[in-house]
Amino acid sequence: MSSNINLDMTVFARRKRANKIGLTLSMIAMSIGMTSLIWILSILFIKGFSAVNLNMFVASTPAPGTEGGGLANAIVGSLLLVGSCTFISTPVGVLAGLYLSEYGDRSRVASLTRFVTDIMLSAPSIVIGLFVYALYVAKVQHFSGWAGTIALALIAIPVVVRTTENMLRLVPGSLREAAYALGTPKWKVAFMVTLRAAQSGIMTGILLALARVSGETAPLLFTALSNQFFSTDMNKPMANLPVVIFQFAMSPYDNWVSLAWGGSLLITFTVLGLNILARVVFREKVQG
Amino acid sequence: MMNTLESAGAPTLVAAKIARLQRIQDFLFHRVTQFFSLSVLFALLGIIGSLFINAWPALKEFGPQFFITPAWDIVNGDFGGLIAIYGTLVSSVIALLIAVPLSFGIAFFLTEICPPPLRRPLGTAVELLAAVPSIIYGMFGLFIFAPIFGDYIEPALQATLGKIPLIGILFSGPPNGIGMLCAGLILALMILPFIASVMRDVFEIVPPVLKESAYGIGCTTWEVVRNIVLPYTKAGVIGGVMLGLGRALGETMAVTFVIGNAQRISASLFAPGSSIASTLANQFGEAEAGLHYSSLFALGLALFFITFVVLAFAKWMLISMEKKQGLKS
Repeated sequence: MSSNINLDMTVFARRKRANKIGLTLSMIAMSIGMTSLIWILSILFIKGFSAVNLNMFVASTPAPGTEGGGLANAIVGSLLLVGSCTFISTPVGVLAGLYLSEYGDRSRVASLTRFVTDIMLSAPSIVIGLFVYALYVAKVQHFSGWAGTIALALIAIPVVVRTTENMLRLVPGSLREAAYALGTPKWKVAFMVTLRAAQSGIMTGILLALARVSGETAPLLFTALSNQFFSTDMNKPMANLPVVIFQFAMSPYDNWVSLAWGGSLLITFTVLGLNILARVVFREKVQG
Repeated sequence: MMNTLESAGAPTLVAAKIARLQRIQDFLFHRVTQFFSLSVLFALLGIIGSLFINAWPALKEFGPQFFITPAWDIVNGDFGGLIAIYGTLVSSVIALLIAVPLSFGIAFFLTEICPPPLRRPLGTAVELLAAVPSIIYGMFGLFIFAPIFGDYIEPALQATLGKIPLIGILFSGPPNGIGMLCAGLILALMILPFIASVMRDVFEIVPPVLKESAYGIGCTTWEVVRNIVLPYTKAGVIGGVMLGLGRALGETMAVTFVIGNAQRISASLFAPGSSIASTLANQFGEAEAGLHYSSLFALGLALFFITFVVLAFAKWMLISMEKKQGLKS
C-alpha cells in the first residue's frame, strides 16, 4: 500500500518536472525570438542612424572611391517602382478577388485559382525575376523600371487577391440580398455594395502588398537592376533601395557600407510602418 | 385611347432597355473579373513554360543527369545542378531543425502560458519579425552575426561536437563564420515567425472543451499541449512547417550574404557553399547567352519545382485543417 502511494508520488513528481521543463523551454524559445527582434532593430538603429542625414535624401549614390553621397536616386526609384506596382496590382488584384468571392465561389476553376494564388504567395521571388527577364528584358534587350514594376506586381497581386477575397467573404449576405431586393443588378451589388462594405479590409490587403514589395530585392536584380545616376525614366535601368543596399553592403568602401545601413533602416521602418498601419486600418473596420 | 397605350407602353420599353443594358453590363463585369482571376493561373503556367523553354538547351546538352551532377565550370561550359541543389536543401534543413522547436515553443507560450494582456502585443511582435525584409537579415547576418559566430560559437562547436567521431566531420575546417551553418541559422531566424504564427493560429482553433476536459482530469499544461493540442492540430502544424520550408528554399538575399558562394560540396557545415537562389543572384547578371545562361534557368526550374511541391503539400495540409475546423464548429 505504502509502496503504491510512493509510486504515485514519483509519477506525480515526474509529470510536474516534465511540465516545468516544457514551460521553461517554451519561455526560452519566446525570449530567443524577442531578443533577435530587438537585437536586429537596435543594430539597425545604431548603424543606420549614423548614416541618416540630409545629404542621404538629396545626393545621389556616390561613384566608387568618392566621399559622401546619398541615396536620393534610389529612394525616388523605389517610390516610382513600388508606386507603379501598386497602380497595376490594385485593380487586377481587387477584380480577381471579387470574381473569386462573388462569381467563382465553389466552382472548380475558382478553387484552382485560389490554390495557385496561395502558391504564388510564397513562390521564390527570384524565380519571378527570372520569368520577367525571359519575358520582357530579354526581348527589349535592356533592363528597365517597367520590368521591375512587372516583377513586383506579380508578387503583389496574389497578396491583394487573397485579402480581397477573404474580406469580401466577411460582408454579410443580408447586405447583398437587400440590394438585390431593390432590383440592383449583380455587378452593381458587387461593385457598389459589397466592395464598399469591405473597403477598409481591402485597404489592409493593399498596404500589406505594398509592405511586401517594398523590401523585395531578388526580383529586381535582373529587371530594374540599378542606376548610378538620378533617373525617372521607367524605360531605363532604375536605382532602387534594395538593390543598392545589396551592392553597397558587399563593397569595400566604408561610405558605401554606411549608406547601405542607412537604406536598410529606411526600408525596415517603411515596411514595419506599413504593416502597423494595415493593422490599424483593419482594427478600425472590425470595431466600426 | 392612343394616349393611354403610349403612356403604358413607353415605361415597359424603357424597362426592357434598362434590363438589356444591365444584362450586358453584368456579362461584361463577370468576364472582366474572370479574366483577371484567370490571369493569375496563366502567370503560373507562363512561369513554368518560360523557365522550361529557357532551360531547354542545358537540359538537352546534359540530360536529366544535370540535376545530379556536381559540376559548375563556367570557363569550360560544364554545368550540373547538384552543388546548388545540395546547398539549398542542406541550408533549409538546418533552418528547419532549429526553427521548428523554437516556433513550437513560441506558439505554446503565446497560446497557453502568456498572460492575456501580453498576448496581442507579443503576437504582433512575432508577426513583425516576419515582415522584416530578407535583405535586412542578410545585412545583420553578414556584419553582426557571422563575426560573432566565427569567433565564439564555431570554435566552441568544434571543441565539443567536433570531437565526436562521424558527426565531428560536420564541424571541421576553419571557423570563418560565413558558411552553410551560418546560412542555415539566419534562415532559421527568418522562417521562425512564419511557422510560429501558423502554429499559433492552428493551436487557437482547438475547441476549449477538449482542453478543459484534459485539465479537468488533472493534466498538466505540458500534457495538454503534448496529448491534446498537438494531435488535434497535426495537419496544421505540418502545413506551417512546410510553409516555412517553402520560404527557406526560395530565400535569396538572406542566404546570398552569408553562405559564402563557393561552387563546391563540402562535408563540413562550416565550409562555404551556395544555394540555387544565391547562384542565380550572383551569376545571372553576368551570364552570357548560351549554356551558362540556360543552366541557370534550369536551376531556377529545379527551385520552382521543389518549392511548388513543398507549398502544395503545405496548402493541402492546411486545407484539411480548415475542413476539420468547419466540421467541428
